[in-house]
Amino acid sequence: MTTLLVHRRPARGAASRLPAVVGGLAVALIAAVLLFPSWFATHSPETNDVLNAFAPPSADHLLGTDQLGRDVFSRLVHGARLSVTIGLVATVVGVVLGSALGLAAAAGGKWADVAVMRLTDVWLAFPEVLLALLVIALIGPGAANVAVAIGVAATPYYGRLVRGQALAVARSEYVEAARVLGIGPVRTALRHVLPNVGGPVVVLASLGTGSAVVAAAGLSLLGLGPLPPTPEWGAMLAEGQSYLSTAWWIAVFPGAAIVAVVLAVTALGRAVQSRSLR
Amino acid sequence: MNLVEVEGLDVSFGGARVVKDVSLHVAAGECLALVGESGSGKSVTARALLGLNRSASVTARALRVGGRDARAYGEKQWRDVRGAEVGLVSQDALVALDPLRRVGDEVVEALRLHRPGEREAWPARVVEALAEAGVGEPARRARQYPHQLSGGLRQRALIAAALAARPALLIADEPTTALDVVVQRQILRLLAELTAGGRGLLLISHDLAVVASLAHRVAVMRDGEVVETGPTSRVLTRPSHPYTRMLVDAARGAHPAREPVVDPVPLVRVDAVGKSFGPHRVVDGVSLTIGAGETVGLVGESGSGKTTVARVVMGLTEPDQGAVTLRGEPWSGLPERARRARRRDVQLISQNPLAAFDPRYTVARIVGEALPRAGRAERVRELLASVGLAPDLAARRPHQLSGGQRQRVAIARALAPDPAVLVCDEPVSALDVSVQAQVLDLLADLQRRTGVALLFITHDLRVVEGISDRLLIMKDGVVVEQGATADVFREPRHPYTRELLAAVPRLDEVAAPV
Repeated sequence: MTTLLVHRRPARGAASRLPAVVGGLAVALIAAVLLFPSWFATHSPETNDVLNAFAPPSADHLLGTDQLGRDVFSRLVHGARLSVTIGLVATVVGVVLGSALGLAAAAGGKWADVAVMRLTDVWLAFPEVLLALLVIALIGPGAANVAVAIGVAATPYYGRLVRGQALAVARSEYVEAARVLGIGPVRTALRHVLPNVGGPVVVLASLGTGSAVVAAAGLSLLGLGPLPPTPEWGAMLAEGQSYLSTAWWIAVFPGAAIVAVVLAVTALGRAVQSRSLR
Repeated sequence: MNLVEVEGLDVSFGGARVVKDVSLHVAAGECLALVGESGSGKSVTARALLGLNRSASVTARALRVGGRDARAYGEKQWRDVRGAEVGLVSQDALVALDPLRRVGDEVVEALRLHRPGEREAWPARVVEALAEAGVGEPARRARQYPHQLSGGLRQRALIAAALAARPALLIADEPTTALDVVVQRQILRLLAELTAGGRGLLLISHDLAVVASLAHRVAVMRDGEVVETGPTSRVLTRPSHPYTRMLVDAARGAHPAREPVVDPVPLVRVDAVGKSFGPHRVVDGVSLTIGAGETVGLVGESGSGKTTVARVVMGLTEPDQGAVTLRGEPWSGLPERARRARRRDVQLISQNPLAAFDPRYTVARIVGEALPRAGRAERVRELLASVGLAPDLAARRPHQLSGGQRQRVAIARALAPDPAVLVCDEPVSALDVSVQAQVLDLLADLQRRTGVALLFITHDLRVVEGISDRLLIMKDGVVVEQGATADVFREPRHPYTRELLAAVPRLDEVAAPV
């Protein structure tokens, strides 16, 4: 055989798909914990057992107990519902407000556009957490208010994306093609503009959910979230920090849970993003 | 001596073998044309000669570049080949040139790599290379940015960059596809001069007529294989493979004679229309009529205002002078609401159908969008059949179709509302010649069957010759000549028309073999 190799294609493994698979499985697990906490929890999350306080992780208490003898693992499982839900609600608030703002800027003529865009410029100049604190100062603390505050702080990002996307789609040749076919503006907006604007928004929202979960935990760490003894990861982190040197498990596991959720959601968001770019 | 020589070249991407057992060679002072449609493997073959297919498996029985065995070359050795021994001229000068770099900096790149020791000689060599590529005032052009150059000059700058380190072989991949015919002719002449000066040239094109005047030998590729190869004159006069015969016919533009429509009922009347964008007068005093069942050809180079005329006829751009009537009633100067119901009468086929389709839609939804719900599926099937598309394509999305298939879908959608006039804006310029011929035949056939009138806009006189009854030639926003197609081709009156006609690539100008 005289054929000689010139060069061979470099091998490409399944490594590129791994984050998507792991992220998807992790998000599925989180959803299950969220919906059916009692399947996973070993103890009641709010039952005090002072005699058994500060117990390190063991077979009975997987992740140990806190200063009141409550099971850290069970509180984590039950806390997922509040912590993750606040992040999700915040994202929904941001998407809805942002879409309304972006569509108004895109459709409302030059002055509306200038007004909305300059408003978002100012909005974006403030750090998100600072803005959320400002909103809480106005409407007061609590789980629902934390979600609203984070959503409001995230609004300009969604608003800018929706505006740019809506303008690009509205000027596209396929929207003009619909006009040539004699299709009216309302039908064109519903059939062509909205769905094509929606795709990138879903991508940004799936990435933004992770940071909303972090922001929610941050605000309740500051004591602005749900009141004790309600289990919530940010609040657990706050309670645990005073015992960090003697009972590290009270603060470290809630922190690890936050990191895990954010990683899983972001991995899934990236996967959605690279799919939509293909 | 052969500058490049390859035997039994195989290239596969993943499991797909896209180049199969290809052998070719190019000698000094010789031009070999590699002809085939998109996807035939011609560009991949050329890239293999430069070691550029790093993501593919490439094997060959022999691969000699500049007389040396290149099969075991690594990336470092290939870098020494590129630019120094083999120069590459790519298709789209606007994409290939860095918009933020001066033309001279682009040309100097090859010298930086291959002549690092002769730094003082670089500026002189840059100017010299630009002059060799036929750039006038080379010293001034070297200081300009790509956006300050015309399309033809940009292509020349790319050629200069390829020539800078004096490679013995040039590979030109569709060097004129993005250019107007007149400029295309100039670039082809330049390439011919370079070959006459002793360089080897591997010219890649989908269009036999373009390469006929330049190539000494032709290799015809299809589905990754060379199906025919030989001296240009032999391949053109006595093609042996059926595919080559089809390419030759497409390039000759053999059309059946058209029966002119006698006294057609006027459908669209454009009356002394003018349009400015800012200070720029794009269209000035253009008048034309389109009668039922006839085809009017509108020819001009890019920037001549022909697309603006099309948009005025479509009712998408308001003229600031003159008026348009449709079936005797006003069509321009109306609010959109008043026009909407009558829009079905005038439909559009654009150059780039992919942009004109909602990316989320399937073919069936695209074609059926304007149809009434009752009987829609049935009608979509009929329309797809009438443009020669298999019914199983209905579930596909636009990006899963070939260029020719997409244009057929665009035609089916345009026919759906049963229009009286079809405005075709460069409908085949993005397609390979062989596919062009099929789409043109389809349009002529649909016109015979449905009696739809066509306004056919193009920069390519070859394309309108067989399809249009009347011709209008536009330059700088003004109609410079009009008349029956046969008359314009026989006796062009305006100098610009004569120039256009002379620039049309013809098969009868064949280069003599070396």
